Amino acid sequence: MSTDAARAHRSDETDEESGVDETDGEPAATDEPLEFGFSGLRAGFIACVPVALGVAGYGVVFGVLARQVGLTTAEAVLMSATVVAGAAQLIAVELWEPSIPVVAVIVTTFIVNLRYVLMGAALQPWFSRLPPLQAYGSVFFMADENWALTMGHLRSGGRQGAYLLGSGLAIWLFWVAATWVGAVGGGAIGEPSSYGLDFVLVAVFIVIAVGLWEGRSSLLPWVVAGTVAVACAQFLPGRWYILLGGIAGCLVEVARFDE
Amino acid sequence: MSELRPVVVAVIFGMVLVTYLTKAGGLWLLGRVELSERLEAGLEILPGAIVVSILAPELASGGPAELAAGGVVLAVAWRTDNVLLALGCGVGAVLLFRSIG
Repeated sequence: MSTDAARAHRSDETDEESGVDETDGEPAATDEPLEFGFSGLRAGFIACVPVALGVAGYGVVFGVLARQVGLTTAEAVLMSATVVAGAAQLIAVELWEPSIPVVAVIVTTFIVNLRYVLMGAALQPWFSRLPPLQAYGSVFFMADENWALTMGHLRSGGRQGAYLLGSGLAIWLFWVAATWVGAVGGGAIGEPSSYGLDFVLVAVFIVIAVGLWEGRSSLLPWVVAGTVAVACAQFLPGRWYILLGGIAGCLVEVARFDE
Repeated sequence: MSELRPVVVAVIFGMVLVTYLTKAGGLWLLGRVELSERLEAGLEILPGAIVVSILAPELASGGPAELAAGGVVLAVAWRTDNVLLALGCGVGAVLLFRSIG
């Protein structure tokens, strides 16, 4: 979902490149039907529990921070249970104010989550063989971590269509439970700055950035993004500098792609 | 204290909608639209670029205590890969540096 997410994503990429490119020549994606049953659900769930424990760390932090910005415990838990996207939720909390900047929150959520389009596309050669309800139901529970696990399973010849759902349920359970723990705990905390809690959100994003770092190729788009964000933060109202910086970094990456 | 306010639920629902759109969109799109590698590279860089765009102005406007504590978080996260340890060290560092400064 966030750092572990990115890390799982990254290591997956280095192993097998982006799933989308290779699907044509993918040996495992034959016409054999996928199974979709309890054994796959169980296998995915068990494989994902250790990863889900890592996700739970972020869940606690999200719960605490959500309470600090004025969400109730029920609202924080509802968000975790239904949005199921760690990085986007943490960014939403960063943007959150008493008068909710609705458009900024929703547009930023969409942009941050655009990478899921790629991940879903990578699953498509297998999931196109499942009934739509199973395929489109499973992707609701797709996060970076269980996507990476599922791609590993399918590419190595696994035929368990329920693997994504099983591993996703593990993440969902830990994510939601950890959010609740953090929110209840966070509600008991008084003035945040006296505990250094006002710094936690910054710290979380630094940790997430470390996970997303892909080596020197990240440097140029990140520098551009940061520079544009700092400049826009000076001259524009609100938090639009976040999107503008992100889009600037993205455009640089697109423009220099041929190199 | 644990109620659900309609406005907040509506915003959450909006987030759910756009998030599910991205998750289901890839399944639906592929086979209908060809994503170029150039576009893929751009989409992949987005989360990192956005996180940096959150951080840069925040750190630029922060004091020396926050900057130094940010460095501590960076170092610990880089070396250990441990989220909670990095956050714990960062919070400890910011409290320490603020009390000094």
